[in-house]
Amino acid sequence: MRLPLWHLTVASIRNRGLATVLTVVAIALSVSLLLGVERLRNDARASFANTLSGTDLIVGARSGAVQLLLYSVFHIGDATHDVSWSRIDALRSHKDVAWLVPLSLGDSHRGFRVVGTTADFFAHVQTGNRQPLRFSAGRAFDGVFDAVVGAEVAASLGYAPGAKIVLSHGAGEFAAAEHGDKPFTVTGVLARTGTPVDRSVLVGLAAIEAIHLDWQGGSRIPGVEIPAQFVGKFDLSPKRVTAALIGLERRSTVFRVQREINTSDGEPLLAILPGVTLDELWRVVGVVERVLLAVSAFVVAVGLAGLVATLVSSLSARRRELAILRALGAGPGDVFVLLMTESVLLAVAGCVLGVACLWALSAGIAPWLMAEHGVQLVPRFVDQSELVWLVGVVAAALLASVIPAWRAYRYSLADGMTVRM
Amino acid sequence: MVAPGGTVSHPAVALSGLRFRWPGAARDCLDIADFTLVAGERLFLHGPSGSGKTTLLSLIGGVLRADAGTLQVLGTDLSALSGPQRDRFRADHIGFIFQQFNLIPYLSAADNIALPCRFSPSRAQRAGNVDDAVARLAGHLDLPADLLKRPAAELSVGQQQRVAAARALIGAPSLIIADEPTSALDAARQAAFLDLLLGECASVGASLLFVSHDLRLAERFDRSEALAELNVAAEAMV
Repeated sequence: MRLPLWHLTVASIRNRGLATVLTVVAIALSVSLLLGVERLRNDARASFANTLSGTDLIVGARSGAVQLLLYSVFHIGDATHDVSWSRIDALRSHKDVAWLVPLSLGDSHRGFRVVGTTADFFAHVQTGNRQPLRFSAGRAFDGVFDAVVGAEVAASLGYAPGAKIVLSHGAGEFAAAEHGDKPFTVTGVLARTGTPVDRSVLVGLAAIEAIHLDWQGGSRIPGVEIPAQFVGKFDLSPKRVTAALIGLERRSTVFRVQREINTSDGEPLLAILPGVTLDELWRVVGVVERVLLAVSAFVVAVGLAGLVATLVSSLSARRRELAILRALGAGPGDVFVLLMTESVLLAVAGCVLGVACLWALSAGIAPWLMAEHGVQLVPRFVDQSELVWLVGVVAAALLASVIPAWRAYRYSLADGMTVRM
Repeated sequence: MVAPGGTVSHPAVALSGLRFRWPGAARDCLDIADFTLVAGERLFLHGPSGSGKTTLLSLIGGVLRADAGTLQVLGTDLSALSGPQRDRFRADHIGFIFQQFNLIPYLSAADNIALPCRFSPSRAQRAGNVDDAVARLAGHLDLPADLLKRPAAELSVGQQQRVAAARALIGAPSLIIADEPTSALDAARQAAFLDLLLGECASVGASLLFVSHDLRLAERFDRSEALAELNVAAEAMV
């Protein structure tokens, strides 16, 4: 015989208001945390993987592969050494190299990195699934003191083509390190890509040389000041750059070219395959991710333990109720199912509330996360991998529910229709 | 005699040589040679505590299973039924009223009365329209309509016992078992409650097994028995 489950379950849950609400909230929060960690993990991974595409090799001074990837593409950390322009020029004319985009880093503009490069940057750098860069306004830089800004720079500083900007030496911590004598004009704004390009100010390599004419070793040469209008009289061809992105004629030659660069004599260089190095990076980050995920799984376990504790502690007060149900014809199995249903229903309610919480939260923090950390968090309810976790939580809840259900079963067997209290 | 269902009626309860011992106990708790409750009969069973009353009612209700002897309820041999079958039998054919705390506290009085119909399709069928049946029984048992919507926990003890009686009677079960239903009530309410219960049992043709330690109530019934005399094991215990 089947109990009139829903009616009883719903009434019984409603009856135990506050304790039930708190239990559900605890489960909801733990589920939000678990799914949030999982979502952040996947989205961070996806936005990292989408940062660069179409580039076969990255070349820089010899250091760690991950380090080179981080500072050249993600603008995280700094290069310890430069690469001389002659080596880069030689690589450019290598028979297997289709294109080469040099990168010169080290200056900034109001917290945004300045990237010295060539106009090839706009032709060859691709993001996401081989999406080329697009201008939302204006055009590429042309003159020495022209600059192109990324979407985020333009949005947060209110720049449009024509705006005058001043670059700073280094990360821009000191006002004294400003290249205030040589202002730049914004000529173009790039469309949003969801990558570090959005937070970059792009200038020509000549501009980098020009603003450092009267500088040496990171500070102004005392007494020497070269006004902007006279820089044209100097040799502005690049001497050193930080790194270069390389596209090959044929992708199949990538390992050979890489080996050639890595084993070449003279200035020690390092060539990396972005995808391979990204995987290497994830292996490092993966440990932290797994720890985070394990911690959130434990938090879910704590939430479910709370549910079990609430139900078990309510049982002794419900023995009379169970005895009445027995007198009305409920078997011990029905009592088991009743408690099981109640418990699983609360767990599922917790999951639903948790997903809703996460959705609201991710919709709320997505813009901030994008602006501050460049991680694109797409507000959504659940995707497939999260669904697997949710099913896991409900399965764990089902397992945990056996504890109160089994106790209720024992009670109803021992008590029968009468309660000895 | 013909039961309300229209079938030829068996005794409501017929048992012989019934023995029961709790697991781990040294002696039998119940040992009754012979006992019969005729269909439609209203029997007073004098059962002070320690007489094996709870055990006997649990056996008749099918919650416990006898160790020896035969136990027929409404013509059905309970020892031949499985646990779930006995649960089902209880739901379909027996209405219980206990001393107090009979009701599910968080359900309304009306929902409490209707509860057996949710457990037993056959009782629901016999009740017809459940809402009407609840209203009719409530009317017979002096339960005002506005009171039916209130949670059971808010009712007075007397009201709770009348709700319990209505719940036992809904869907016309053939056997009503009342275990000290009046002992939580004062004398005036005891008499009124008994009037209502006896009247309703008579009108639906249900047999009533009324267990109480209070012998003053016995004269209101068709017949009276003492469990301490029936139960050989009880004498040894007392």
